[in-house]
Amino acid sequence: MNRSGKILGKSSPFKLVDEMLKGSVRALSRLITLIEDETPGSSEVLKRIYYHSGNAYVVGLTGAPGTGKSTLMDHVAIELKRQGFKIGIIAIDPSSPFTGGAFLGDRLRMTETLNEDDIYIRSMSTRGNLGGLSVATKNVIKILDAFGKDFILIETVGTGQAEVDVMKETETTIVVSVPGLGDEIQIMKAGVMEIGDIFVVNKADKNGADRLVEEIETIFRMGFRSEEWVPPIMKTVATKREGVTALVEKILNHREYLIGKGLLRTKRMNRIQQEILEMVNAKIINEIIIPIREPYIVSEKLLDDIVLRRKDPYSVTEEIVDNIIEAFQRSPKGVNQIGK
Amino acid sequence: MVKQKKKVRVLIGKLGLDGHDRGAKIISRALRDAGMEVVYTGLKKTPKDIARIAIEEDVNLIGISILSGAHETLLPELCQLLKENEADDIKVIAGGIIPKDDVPPLKQLGVEAVFGPGTKTEEIVQFIKTVIQ
Repeated sequence: MNRSGKILGKSSPFKLVDEMLKGSVRALSRLITLIEDETPGSSEVLKRIYYHSGNAYVVGLTGAPGTGKSTLMDHVAIELKRQGFKIGIIAIDPSSPFTGGAFLGDRLRMTETLNEDDIYIRSMSTRGNLGGLSVATKNVIKILDAFGKDFILIETVGTGQAEVDVMKETETTIVVSVPGLGDEIQIMKAGVMEIGDIFVVNKADKNGADRLVEEIETIFRMGFRSEEWVPPIMKTVATKREGVTALVEKILNHREYLIGKGLLRTKRMNRIQQEILEMVNAKIINEIIIPIREPYIVSEKLLDDIVLRRKDPYSVTEEIVDNIIEAFQRSPKGVNQIGK
Repeated sequence: MVKQKKKVRVLIGKLGLDGHDRGAKIISRALRDAGMEVVYTGLKKTPKDIARIAIEEDVNLIGISILSGAHETLLPELCQLLKENEADDIKVIAGGIIPKDDVPPLKQLGVEAVFGPGTKTEEIVQFIKTVIQ
């Protein structure tokens, strides 16, 4: 038991941070688990890591299931590495709403990157989160950043129309589409089709690829002013590695554009503001609201009344909130005493 | 009230030249349904590939399906690589076609358990839950 492996596997969070900053992949992996599991002490770890992060550029890849995101990611990572960058990949797949289990199969497609030094891949499940990412994703980005990655590539779950969280965490968002999924009306819909900084038509060797490019082009040209970044539409055949170099060039162009216009900093400030708001909300709900709300939880009798239309849910909600506010005003300092 | 968010993470993979992955997929599905996160590597991986993936993914346990007869070479190699990378706290179990006589030497070299044909998936789930405590 005194071999260093055993020690590193079970060592303290701060020891792991030190080892990770020295370049230990094992420590990096252990830390990611710690953060993902929200193990006690993980917020202290994040505080420490934050000061070592801030250098990585984050790219998101999203699109419907089966559009070729993982395969494309594999080749994009190889191309970026060829240009001398260090890469971290986070690949997200859905968790089961019934058991919480998950089948993480993105790595299966990432065969080129498998044995490349300087490319680290981590599969994550959404752990019940909607929106295309997991709650821990933003913190795992910071760990990979602190580890020294230049580019962090995030592959979302296979998305439908509304999973747009990826744009909140990334600096360049790539939306992948393939021919045969629907007509131009689908492209006009709000949501995922709006968030791309770059659009990719993958499987471009299939029928209908040119038409899809034209349709996206027509619809997008309607909305952009000329001085803004106009999202390019790139054709790729990921399995044959076609179009990948051009795509990587566009990613780098977009990064230069954001830096040149001073937009990268604004983007990062907005993101951190959003992140702080979310953390404050979560803390208030978990540490203040839930304990106060406890005594007012709706009883089975009351639920029965509501279902049988003897009462309505809107009045009940108002009563609960009124009670909480009243209790809070009675005892603003002793929050834990409220409701007792 | 602290919510328990810890998840069991398992790697399921195929070692060597062996194209039969039905068993691996059935096990993956059973573990998923038992609430675990299963990282599936796909076919024809080397011991080096599996060790690397297991470390990056920080799994608790590696499950190897092997039907090619190369278990005596590939499984000890995997265990050795885990040791060299200070990751031998990650447990290794195997399934597939492995003769009974080969099991004791494999266990001596670091394989935690071997599950032959006909094993109930519940048995494997239970074993994993117990062994990674």
